[in-house]
Order: sequence, then structure tokens, then C-alpha cells
Amino acid sequence: MAMIEITDLEKTYQGGIHAVKGINVSIADGEFIVLVGPSGCGKSTMLRMVAGLETITGGTVSIGDRVVNDLDPAERDIAMVFQNYALYPHMSVRQNLSYGLKNQGLPKAVIETRVAEAARILEIGDYLDRKPRNLSGGQRQRVAMGRAIVREPAAFLFDEPLSNLDAKLRVQMRGEIKQLQKRLGTTSIYVTHDQLEAMTLADRLVVLNGGVIEQIGTPLEVYRKPASTFVASFIGSPAMNLIAAEHADGMARVGDASLNIRQQLNGTKRITLGIRPEDLLPVSAGTAGALPLTVAYVEELGAQRLVHGHVGGQSLVAAMDVERDITDVVHVTANMAALHIFDVETQQRLN
Amino acid sequence: MLIIVFPVYIAFVASTYDATSFTSGPAPLLPGPHLVENYSQILFEGASTLGAPPLTMMMWNSLVMALTIAIGKIAISIISAYAIVYFQFPFRVFAFWIIFVTLMLPVEVRIMPTFEVVANLHMLNSYAGLTIPLIASATATFLFRQFFLTVPDELVEAARVDRAGPVKFFFDILLPLSRTNIAALFVILFIFGWNQYLWPLLITTDSKFYTVVMGIKRMADVSDAQPQWHIVMSAVILAGLPPVLVVIFMQRLFVKGLTETEK
Repeated sequence: MAMIEITDLEKTYQGGIHAVKGINVSIADGEFIVLVGPSGCGKSTMLRMVAGLETITGGTVSIGDRVVNDLDPAERDIAMVFQNYALYPHMSVRQNLSYGLKNQGLPKAVIETRVAEAARILEIGDYLDRKPRNLSGGQRQRVAMGRAIVREPAAFLFDEPLSNLDAKLRVQMRGEIKQLQKRLGTTSIYVTHDQLEAMTLADRLVVLNGGVIEQIGTPLEVYRKPASTFVASFIGSPAMNLIAAEHADGMARVGDASLNIRQQLNGTKRITLGIRPEDLLPVSAGTAGALPLTVAYVEELGAQRLVHGHVGGQSLVAAMDVERDITDVVHVTANMAALHIFDVETQQRLN
Repeated sequence: MLIIVFPVYIAFVASTYDATSFTSGPAPLLPGPHLVENYSQILFEGASTLGAPPLTMMMWNSLVMALTIAIGKIAISIISAYAIVYFQFPFRVFAFWIIFVTLMLPVEVRIMPTFEVVANLHMLNSYAGLTIPLIASATATFLFRQFFLTVPDELVEAARVDRAGPVKFFFDILLPLSRTNIAALFVILFIFGWNQYLWPLLITTDSKFYTVVMGIKRMADVSDAQPQWHIVMSAVILAGLPPVLVVIFMQRLFVKGLTETEK
């Protein structure tokens, strides 16, 4: 149990690639933090610097009250779950779980108690004496978690632990990881590129892009008030519509239609409007603020359907009720309360 | 199959007759009556008229030489491959290429300078002289290097988090994982060591250190007399046995290893 303080963290690889550019995050004790971003955004590098598997080229990482910059991974009091599990193939599950403890020089009785406890929590007691190759993907995943739990560390570090599992198992394990973390109350950092995984697991999300933080916040904050167009397009599925508009006197013009955005934006003429597909409401033609959506194709999702098309040359997706008839042109308008406005230049949120 | 097996069979048949019956007239195709006699003579008395010590002693020498070379090569090459793959040090790539380049120099090419060195170190007529110059192995180093490169990085990192230092990692994780490779290499290297001919011929003058392969050559190569083919053939059959045994025994081990390994 510990808080983690990351201050001005930098990583420049040999050869000059600047992967992480001055990151500040402070993680409370017992908090579940998810680092999310597209591949190459520096999220794994950041996690590996916390773990001690990657050298820190600038800034500090402290776990508990200790600055751990120069400590070995083994001395940082952390446990890591790897994407490919990294179980020792020649050791049984029991040996895999106890190897780290043995290396710490813990007494045999303590090791046995901890392994038994972890096996009970994760329900892997039945195959403690099997080798990893005789386990299914989900079982291996549990063993990898077990190896982290037995160490009773100050922090869990997860490096995309679910991406090798099939979709169904991923959802199940996601739930289990969340419950487990709540139960153990161990500070956790979890890296993923899957925004849904990030949303469902996190106490707070850290959205990374190009080595810098785009936004930190609870899943709902990030979803409801994305700080930039990047976050807006990255978080949420189907992705948010981002359309260019011209602003004048509290009105935004999109092609021939204009929307009342109900606020004055000083001096800004060109803006980007962000509208989630589910915030586009069908209206009859001629209503004020109606956007004529020329339908290109329709995706049926069962609960709703996604209507893909364009308005004034810009593509737009609207989520609609499956009962509604789709014509060649559908008129929609935005739910003004859920409208996001971004600056075209800085791509930052304006409202 | 026939082409390979038939000469071996004829050698066996020849080893079961007395001195004259095999060389006079058409060669018999069925084993004769002198099997035990011939084999006990070659094993325990040697062919004194041919200047060869008892075969048991030569077999022992060959065994020592083959085992030392096989084990020594594996030990040295696995350690050097470990260094090359897992440690950062100056000229690492250069070191690897130097080792790799020596692949191009077989024993025969460097035999004269090596002989000179061994002679100056007074290692002629000794097990050390027989084995040490043959122990360094670029091939085995290269094979281990290739294998180590296939071990996932995460495994190394997991071990680091698990507080396993370089030595612990090597013995607890890398060595068990390499078991299959070690078994396969052992078979190849044992046979390589057993079949060494030119090198023992050069550096041994004392019959106490004769190895079996060169001993056979000595027996067959007599001046002013008929080689005693029945004795030579017995020696050939016996000399051929250990490599066969090693292959049979180790094959079970490394087939088992193959089916058990998984990444």
C-alpha cells in the first residue's frame, strides 16, 4: 500500500527518440490508474520506468516515501503482470508463484501460506502442480496475477495483461481484476490501448498522446468533458463526431445549417464541434439547427443502429433507434447540453 | 540403407573369424565361431604385434576425450553466449563476430600453430593436450546465442522483478530452458570428440594416451605383414558402439525435451 508520485518524468532513448515528455501524476494509495493511449504514446515506457525495467532519463518516481529512480525492480516493492504472462515454462504453477518469494529468502511456511492464499483467491488451487503449457490462456492469466499477489507489493503494474485473451474472456477477466484490486486495495497502474477496458477499470484515467498527458480524470469526466479533440476521438465507442464549423455570435455554421451553441467565444471564428453519435437526435426537416445527413450506409448493432453519412461534405455518424425508418436524408440536431467545442488551432476544449 | 549397413555387417562378420579364413577365398556372409575369442583378445590384451595397447584403455582414453570435449564445449559456449546476449559491454557485437569468424577455421587449418603452442606448454601426451585445444566452439556458441534470442524479454524482466540476479537467472531459468539444446549438442559434440583422428595422432606418442580411432589406424597400417583383419574389425565394431549408444540414449532424452518445451 503506497502512493506513487511521478514528477517531470522524461524518457529519451539512445538515438534521440523522446518517448515520454515531462509527465506529472500523483497516484493515491489504493487507487486504480489506467494509462491509455494509442500505440507509441509512451504509456508502456512510463510503466516500465515505474517498474525499473527502463532507466529514467529525467524526473523522479517515488513509491511510498522512497525515490526509486536508481533502485532495481526487485527493490521497488512492486509486482508486474506482463502481456504474455512471462511464466517460467519449466516450472509448475506452484514454483512460478513461489520463485520470487524464495529469492527474497522468506521462510518456507510463509511462502506456502501465501501461495495457498493466492490460489484460493484466484481459484487456481486445482492446478498448482501443472506446468504453464498445460493451462488455458485464462488460467495462465490467473497464474500471472497470482505471481503478483503473493508478493504482497506496494503496487501492481499491469502491462496490457488482457490483450492475449479472446473477447469474451477479456470481459470476464476485466471484471475479476477490478474486483480483486478493490478487495486487496493495492495501488495499481494499468496500461492498455483499449479505451473500453480503460473506462471500465479505472478510478482515474490518464490519457496519453505522443509522450504527454492529454487529460487526467475519472472515466466519466474524461467521457463527458474531453479536454482536447484527441481525447474526444479516443474515448468512447462509436467515436465522437468532430466537425469543422464557423462561429459567429453564439451560432455555429456547419455547411448551410447553423447551431445555437449558446455561448460567446471571444474572437474565435473557426471551431471544431464534437458531438457523440448518441447525442444526435432525429428531428423533422426545417427545425432550427437541423443538419441534413445524407446517408451512406447503416450498421446494425442490435440495440441501436449507426447511420453513417455526411453533412456538407463532412462525415458524421448518428446512433438511432432501430424502429426508426431510414430515408436517404435524415435530419438530426445535436443535444446542446452534450456539445463539445474545441479550438481548431490548439485543439483544446473551449466550453 | 543397405549401402550403409552392409559394410558394417561385413566388419562384424569379419570380426568373428580367425586370422586366415576371412582373407582366403570368398568372404563368408554369416558370423563365424571366434567372436568371444577375438573380442576378448582385442579388449584386454591388445594387438601387441601391431603395436596397439588393449582396446579397453584406448576406449577409456577416447571416452575421456569425447566427454571432456563435449562437456567443456557446452559449458564454455553456453557461458559465452549468455554474455553476448544478455550483457551490455563495449565491443559486444565485435566479440560475437570474432567468435563467429573462427567458425571458418577447422582444426586441420590451425593444427600446426596449435601443436606448437601445446608442445611449448608441455601438454603433449596428456589429457589436457588432447582436449583443451578442441574445446572452444564457435558453432555451439552460435547455436546457444540463437536460442537465447528466442527467449522472450518478458521472461528476463519477470526474473528481474522476482529478484533473480544474473547468476540465479542463468541457473534457475536459462539452463533448464536450454536442456533440449544441450542434449542435442551433447550428442553431436560427443561424436565429434570420439571421432577425432588427426589431433590425437599428432600429439600422442605414448601408447597410454592412444585413442581408439587412431589406434585402429595403427593396427591396420603395419609394414611387412598382413594386417590382422579379424582383430582390426573387432576394434572397429567396438569403437563404433559408444557413439551409437549415446545417440540412442540421448535421443530419448531430447525427444522428451522437445515435446515438453513450449514458449
